[in-house]
Amino acid sequence: MGETPSRSADAGTGGIRVASGQERPAGAPARVAESPVSTRTPGGDGLGGGGGLPRARAFGAERAFRGLTLAAGTTVLVIIAAIAGFLIAKAVPALRADTANFWTYEGWSPNDTTPRFGIGTLAFGTVLSSALALLIAVPVALGIALFLSHYAPRRLGTALGFLIDLLAAVPSVVFGLWGRDVFVAPVRDLSAWLNQYFGWIPIFGGDGPFGKSIMLGSLVLAIMVLPIVTSLSREVFLQTPTANEEAALALGATRWEMIRTAVLPYGRPGIIAAVMLGLGRALGETIALAMTLGITFGVSFNLIENGGNTIAANIANAFGEANDTGRGALIASGLVLFTITLIVNITARAIVHRRREFTESAA
Amino acid sequence: MAKRIDATNVTAYYGSFKAIENINLTVEPKTVTALIGPSGCGKSTFLRSINRMHEVLPGARVEGDLTIDGQNIYDRDVDVTAVRRTIGMVFQRPNPFPTMSIFENVVAGLRLNGLRKKSVLNEAAERALRAANLWDEVKDRLGKPGAGLSGGQQQRLCIARTIAVEPQVVLMDEPCSALDPISTLAIEDLMFQLKDKFTIIIVTHNMQQAARVSDRTAFFSIEKTGDPGRLIEYDNTQKIFSNPTQKKTEDYITGRFG
Repeated sequence: MGETPSRSADAGTGGIRVASGQERPAGAPARVAESPVSTRTPGGDGLGGGGGLPRARAFGAERAFRGLTLAAGTTVLVIIAAIAGFLIAKAVPALRADTANFWTYEGWSPNDTTPRFGIGTLAFGTVLSSALALLIAVPVALGIALFLSHYAPRRLGTALGFLIDLLAAVPSVVFGLWGRDVFVAPVRDLSAWLNQYFGWIPIFGGDGPFGKSIMLGSLVLAIMVLPIVTSLSREVFLQTPTANEEAALALGATRWEMIRTAVLPYGRPGIIAAVMLGLGRALGETIALAMTLGITFGVSFNLIENGGNTIAANIANAFGEANDTGRGALIASGLVLFTITLIVNITARAIVHRRREFTESAA
Repeated sequence: MAKRIDATNVTAYYGSFKAIENINLTVEPKTVTALIGPSGCGKSTFLRSINRMHEVLPGARVEGDLTIDGQNIYDRDVDVTAVRRTIGMVFQRPNPFPTMSIFENVVAGLRLNGLRKKSVLNEAAERALRAANLWDEVKDRLGKPGAGLSGGQQQRLCIARTIAVEPQVVLMDEPCSALDPISTLAIEDLMFQLKDKFTIIIVTHNMQQAARVSDRTAFFSIEKTGDPGRLIEYDNTQKIFSNPTQKKTEDYITGRFG
């Protein structure tokens, strides 16, 4: 508001100057020209206070800012292109050197004189552990988020929300250590129990040893994903318009029915976004899985036997002793991981987009 | 399909703040009752305590007796959701569920009651939309988002949603304050039709509206800011607007106060 009057004041005087410069040479007539202006707009130089409009400024903060933002936007594209170019340039020679099928070969020995490595088992392990982690984490996270936003007293909700956020700040290597040295014991016991009573289900079969399994990795991963999904969906739930909640209540909804009618549908795109961010973290998680998984190469749905590996964990484990081809192979696996993440994100966007008609009118 | 409401010494609080005090009022079935008064006089609070929506806010509570056909809705063993199903409510701003289609909005209350059969829902939706004078405008686009309608249509959609569950009483909290004059007129016409079936209580800031639509009018007021709202006068609308007993009422309706 404060800027508007001064600007229009400029406009008024500028206008007069232009008019006087064009038509009259002397100063006195200019003063004459001034008086009708002030009578036309009582109270001084109002908006559009007579005379011609001022010229647009050729250069100013507006243009400078536009240039800056454009530069920033371009930088992102340049960086991405540079990374992609580098990755592909490094990966292609290694892929050429691969004497086995890159997609299906079950193993990773790119440092040999006849390099043999395949991405299949790693990609499978990545997707399986992440999917499992989400399967465990998302219901729990949504439950916590709903409790914090709609059931807990406000003060308790804020305090618990803070604690959850704190969980997100724990470095993943700490989670990895804890999973490998502490959490592995109860998981091993649970695995043995599951194997004893539910061994007839293939995912709980096998003869052991148990413990450093996909299950341990996924559980640790679930704990790491939990805070992200929780705090994001909590924010989304808190944004539900009170009017909609009251509408549901006034129709005779119980609290849970109100949540189902008003809160969850409204938060749906936000929940999907939260889950996708969680999935992004799970897919890219490196060190915690490198420490908790048994590191084997093989496609198996068995969740409890020692084993499992993921693309990111494999990169962390194998990078130290890799030669040129080995590094190229790891970079190629990174490209595959990047592609998986991309597909996941596109799918999520498509889901959100499909109901756009409804979510946009909600705003 | 319409019930009588008796309020006895109804007092409502927001935390420690007393918003209304000792309201005594009887609303006859199949009438339109208008609650008028200056801002902050507690008329909305009173309205919201009739279907127990007041207590939804943290720290809010109600004392006193509020009976519907003799049954106290604040009794301990009364199911609050049943109260709200019996006493429906239309809010100040149209609030259709943004993620739902027009059809889903209308049947939202029925779905909450466990109705699933498509044919029953279709029939109920058409009946409610016809009763809300909205059917002809939306019958070809029932699958479109409810939030895509105009403000006046949205409000009628909300009325359809409210009457779809066949309540006994319909409470309206300034239902026209966010609408243009033509939509307002449509809703006032609708109120005339609805009172054949429902008991209607409406809060309004628009005194012409109160005079046009209501049979009885209750005037609420406060002494000064911070004081609880009280019921000043309650009588036939015609009497209130032509020959009020209380000086305060006369001052208010003639525009000398508030």
